[in-house]
Amino acid sequence: MAMAIPRPRGASRKWVWLIVAVVVVGALALMVQDWHQLWKISSTPDNIPIVAMIPLVVFFTWLGFKQSRANDELIERLEADPQAAKTAHRKTLPWRPGWARELHVWPYLVRIEFMAALIVTIVLFVWSITLNAPLEEPANPNLTMNPSKAPWYFLGLQEMLVYFDPWIAGVVMPSLLIIGLMVFPYVDSNPLGNGYYSWRQRRFATGMFMWGFYMWIILIIIGTFIRGPGWIWFWPGQTWDHNAVVFDRNRDLHEIIAGWGLTKLNVYPWKAIFGGIVVGSFYLVGGLFFHWLMKRAQMSRETFRSWANFKRWATVPGELEMKILQRTSILQYLTFQFFAISILLAFPVKLLLRLLFTIKYVWVTPWFNI
Amino acid sequence: MADRPDEPNGKPAAGNGDGKPPEEQADINKLLRASSGLPEGKLEAVEPRRAGVVTKVRDPAVALAERARAEFEGYKDPQQTQLWKSIFRVSHDRSDPRNRSLAVLSNVFLHLHPAKINRDAVRYNFTWGMGGITFYLFIVLTFTGVLLMYYYHPVKVQAFKDILYLEHDVPFGKLLRNMHRWAAHLMVITTWLHMFRVVLTGSYKRPREFNWCVGVVLLVLTLLLSFTGYLLPDDQLGFWAVTVGTNMARATPLLGHEGPFGPQLGMTPFNDVRFGLLGGSIVDANALLRSYIWHCIGIPLVASIFMAVHFWRIRKDGGISGPAPVMLDSEMKPLRK
Repeated sequence: MAMAIPRPRGASRKWVWLIVAVVVVGALALMVQDWHQLWKISSTPDNIPIVAMIPLVVFFTWLGFKQSRANDELIERLEADPQAAKTAHRKTLPWRPGWARELHVWPYLVRIEFMAALIVTIVLFVWSITLNAPLEEPANPNLTMNPSKAPWYFLGLQEMLVYFDPWIAGVVMPSLLIIGLMVFPYVDSNPLGNGYYSWRQRRFATGMFMWGFYMWIILIIIGTFIRGPGWIWFWPGQTWDHNAVVFDRNRDLHEIIAGWGLTKLNVYPWKAIFGGIVVGSFYLVGGLFFHWLMKRAQMSRETFRSWANFKRWATVPGELEMKILQRTSILQYLTFQFFAISILLAFPVKLLLRLLFTIKYVWVTPWFNI
Repeated sequence: MADRPDEPNGKPAAGNGDGKPPEEQADINKLLRASSGLPEGKLEAVEPRRAGVVTKVRDPAVALAERARAEFEGYKDPQQTQLWKSIFRVSHDRSDPRNRSLAVLSNVFLHLHPAKINRDAVRYNFTWGMGGITFYLFIVLTFTGVLLMYYYHPVKVQAFKDILYLEHDVPFGKLLRNMHRWAAHLMVITTWLHMFRVVLTGSYKRPREFNWCVGVVLLVLTLLLSFTGYLLPDDQLGFWAVTVGTNMARATPLLGHEGPFGPQLGMTPFNDVRFGLLGGSIVDANALLRSYIWHCIGIPLVASIFMAVHFWRIRKDGGISGPAPVMLDSEMKPLRK
């Protein structure tokens, strides 16, 4: 009788994933109506960087998380064995007693830098020989380009213009983004994970950054691949119709509520007061959400095994997370909350309100609208 | 005595051969005189002169050839020449650790590096090399940018024609422009990925918080550099991209004529912040010139200063942050009050 060959669990799962991927890609491919349009957008020379950026971001996320996982396993092992923690080499990189701890920069670093410069130069030469920089007709103020798009790295800002008035999308949001990035190291009170990849020890900080980073890239993808003539939403693969007109019934939030019978909301000052209350409660709810999120322990497979487990995860704060929160000063906490709510949360919420519920403003005043 | 050629009287005698003792040489001269039949004294006058010519010509020539040979042997090792040593202070002897350190310390281009680094810090899996590549791209852009400046006039009537000239007539002009364009796009990508890596490794943490802020400024400057360059070809693409971009400035609160409280503060299209950026109320000749100056001089200067600070502080903060040994959750010390 033939022996049953035990198959590693991972191998069969890989097949499942492969089949799922093929089905998903196949389904997406079937939805594409206009391959030529898709090709035209993707192969526009100025869009090549963003086409290249998507796999690069995926690759480097994978590379980072691979190393995080190795470090996290080491941390877990040492955490469980205090005796080993005293003597173990605290890196996942190879180490033997007697090895020099330091290397000479000449030649061990300089040669890597040289090779990197060489490779980048070759890549640039190949790229420059095969692909020409775009050059359109001479500038003509009387002939508006449609769609007229900013360079790809600013398409996130241009996409924001759909959801916010220009003073927010073009001035306030970018400023908040820059200042928010600058305060990032000052509001992160967690001393762990300084100089090594780790997800386990700093999930919240890393997660918040990645939320913003990916949001920015998704906005760029929307701006590049989805926004067509008239800045109208065309799904990838849909033909760009230059005569398309969208009849959106964009309404303000107070108008919807007023339609339910509260007619007073149609007039000042009630209109403005109502909007202020909505925005205020958004900050309150957002603050509670981030407060809840930053205390959550790491999810595991166990979390989803039963409702009780999930409930415990959602209500009982993590030990490490509480320690970090206790180290956080009130100023750090409030600063973080302000930037998190104003950028990370406000943006996707407004996006959904606009795209799903066609709501234009939530707060209307005589001086500004949000 | 024959085996001591450096003896003073050994040399002149060498004229007729083999360094014989003087009294023996005198005997030979006497014999020569007798056989030649010349009167006394004549021979004395002729013979030494003949010997002198040969000696004077041949001996230095031999010596010179010998010297040249010896010198040539020396040139076989260029590192021993004065020229080499005046340029490179350090021998390239790989076995000497002191030389390896000095190779870095005595070189202006390399001295941003420390002499030695943590053995794990050279792992490109850790750094991804993105910061260094960004800097390299800045150098590439400066180089190609200066070359482009030779062919470009920031003038409305000429700018677009210059690009056509560059693309169709200048040798390698198209390659030059393409390279400048793609290096700029690549630099934006590498800057973002560098920032992403710094976050994933927690490298912005103490003591590097301020350097992170300098990095954020450099990110903004990179985007602005790219953006100001967009207008320079003076084509539809750049014109409308910059029009869209600067139109946002109209809406700046307080400082824009369409922004909240702008009109109340007396802002019009002719005195607001957008007017300052464009040097006019529309994207035109002044905007082209301003864009050019910002792109070629203003922002690169500022960026260079910030880069110097960025790199300097990396050194002062002890080099790159890792890969550092992992810290355990249980080792987190309570905050000092």
